[in-house]
Amino acid sequence: MKLLVCVSKTPDTTAKISFNAENTEFNAQGVTFIMNPYDEWYALVRAVELKEKHGGTVTLVNVGGADNDAVIRKGLAIGADDAIRVDMPSGSSLNVAKQIAAVAKDGGYDIVFCGKETIDYNGSEIGGMVAELCDLPFISYASSLEMDGTNATIARDIEGGKEVVEVATPFVVSAAKGMAEQRIPNMRGIMQARRKPIKVVPAVDAANASTIVGYEMPPAKAECKMIDPENMEELVRLLHEEAKVI
Amino acid sequence: MSVLVFAEQQGGELKKAAFEAVTYGKKTADVLGVDCKALVLGSASNAAELGKYGAAEVLTVSDASLDGFDGSVYTSAIAQAAEAAGASVVVLMHSAKGKDLVGRLAAKMDAGSAPGVNQLPTNDGAFRVKKNVFSGKAIAEIEISSANKVISVMGNSFQPEATGADAPVNELSVSLPAARISVKSVDKVTGSVPLPEAELVVSAGRGMKGPENWNIIEEMADILGAATACSRPVADIHWRPHHEHVGQTGVAIRPNLYFAIGISGAIQHLAGVNSSKVIVVINKDPEAPFFKAADYGVCADLFDVVPKLNEALKKFKAGA
Ligand SMILES: Cc1cc2nc3c(=O)[nH]c(=O)nc-3n(C[C@H](O)[C@H](O)[C@H](O)COP(=O)(O)OP(=O)(O)OC[C@H]3O[C@@H](n4cnc5c(N)ncnc54)[C@H](O)[C@@H]3O)c2cc1C
Ligand SMILES: Nc1ncnc2c1ncn2[C@@H]1O[C@H](COP(=O)(O)O)[C@@H](O)[C@H]1O
Repeated sequence: MKLLVCVSKTPDTTAKISFNAENTEFNAQGVTFIMNPYDEWYALVRAVELKEKHGGTVTLVNVGGADNDAVIRKGLAIGADDAIRVDMPSGSSLNVAKQIAAVAKDGGYDIVFCGKETIDYNGSEIGGMVAELCDLPFISYASSLEMDGTNATIARDIEGGKEVVEVATPFVVSAAKGMAEQRIPNMRGIMQARRKPIKVVPAVDAANASTIVGYEMPPAKAECKMIDPENMEELVRLLHEEAKVI
Repeated sequence: MSVLVFAEQQGGELKKAAFEAVTYGKKTADVLGVDCKALVLGSASNAAELGKYGAAEVLTVSDASLDGFDGSVYTSAIAQAAEAAGASVVVLMHSAKGKDLVGRLAAKMDAGSAPGVNQLPTNDGAFRVKKNVFSGKAIAEIEISSANKVISVMGNSFQPEATGADAPVNELSVSLPAARISVKSVDKVTGSVPLPEAELVVSAGRGMKGPENWNIIEEMADILGAATACSRPVADIHWRPHHEHVGQTGVAIRPNLYFAIGISGAIQHLAGVNSSKVIVVINKDPEAPFFKAADYGVCADLFDVVPKLNEALKKFKAGA
């Protein structure tokens, strides 16, 4: 099986979020970047597990600049065989998806994995875009994936429950919690990753249909009102009369 | 020109979230100076009611291939409806289906997109919408420059506003591709309120000490008609089912009221709940970080306070 895993780079979950003076750009100073957890813990690990069980290859694809190579190396250390980086520092979701679609079409992969969303932009759109551009089925928010020959059985998260679907390869799937367990790369993996190839390819021509033009911080919360633990009637009254939520 | 809203039906009926989306679509259409139309895939007994929330016309598509959910079939239907309605702006709900469709539809329509918006667009020369980013730690303003635009609207961002009358419902004939995804089973938690749609949520964490103590949380949810939720470690050690786990790696919710009981308020937990309108925190540690994100706080042992709160809530419900 030929597997492609889309990996992105995001600020660490605990990173302090700030912007430049004009509030138009994220301030990356002092921020630690990581591989997007859904891509790493779930999509990549499940792809590596499938390779271990059924044979095949796992290729990573990232759309980004050379500063993404550290994140890509981590993916190689976890068990991917090689990587393709489309050399484009940033772009709208559709532009990024067009880059990934070009790579995906070119490679003839059986499954294209991505994360359910990036934890910075929370878009949850690139998987669907890639699927449409490649005319493939797309299963989003998958919490398990089992292969039987060329058929996959996938559970996906829906409102208040789960849906189990069947689909034949090739397809695109976005991974949510449950699909696999996080793997910490071992020393051997890290050493091997150094020798695995990262192929850098130029971007295909595509326009940015959307752009982030500015950022703002959410309005500051008013001071928390502390309620006397002996007087829960007061809390109920406030929720009804002041907050008007019950 | 018009704005087309894909109003999702559930089991042949439109629920509040669909009315919210149409309310948003109508207001967006007003900003753009065009009309708003709604699309229902499959049938909904109350489809005409979308008119009350601002749809000038309701289009419906009934086709057996829409029974199971395959995003490519839905995308094809929505894109054809947009064409028929003369719509260059399509509004989806940011639901499980909406999240699946937003990217796919944007690619199909070669449209700029904004997933999970929570404010109305501005249209002073440029079409700009806002959404939360960095798990709610900031807000981004997105400008969409393409002719076609696809946006999905976050649940609970807009209250449905019924002002008009029922709208005409017209069946649209489209030609759909064959489904490639076959749905084998749908397993929904019955009896309780589904978490992503809940307006009131009672959530608890490791402070509960063990799964056997959850009866007081369930009692509270019962009294309020609320959904129950939990922190991640609680789901990981199987005290509670996984679908209850909220936060960055779990479900992101924005109910009107969120009770956090025995939860410390780690940043990854807050990421999934900090868009809630009102947050009440019950924690015995005055230094618990959650108090900083709370509107109301009770600093005490939850095993003393929750039963008292339940009594007070019961009294309130009996009187109301
Ligand atoms: C990448 C990453 C992603 C994560 N994603 C998530 C996520 O999506 N959701 C999530 O929830 N967590 C997530 N976490 C974990 C998160 O960092 C916290 O560890 C977790 O939220 C803590 O859960 P808790 O508050 O239930 O437990 P604890 O941190 O143990 O807190 C228990 C709280 O209960 C209080 N307490 C104890 N006894 C009582 C009592 N008798 N009465 C009143 N109060 C009491 C304590 O004072 C304490 O504040 C993530 C972590 C990482 C690293
Ligand atoms: N720059 C990128 N390069 C490769 N894959 C990406 C990139 N950005 C996003 N993805 C993939 O698309 C998924 C969804 O991203 P998003 O639609 O931005 O939330 C991520 O989890 C990744 O798997």
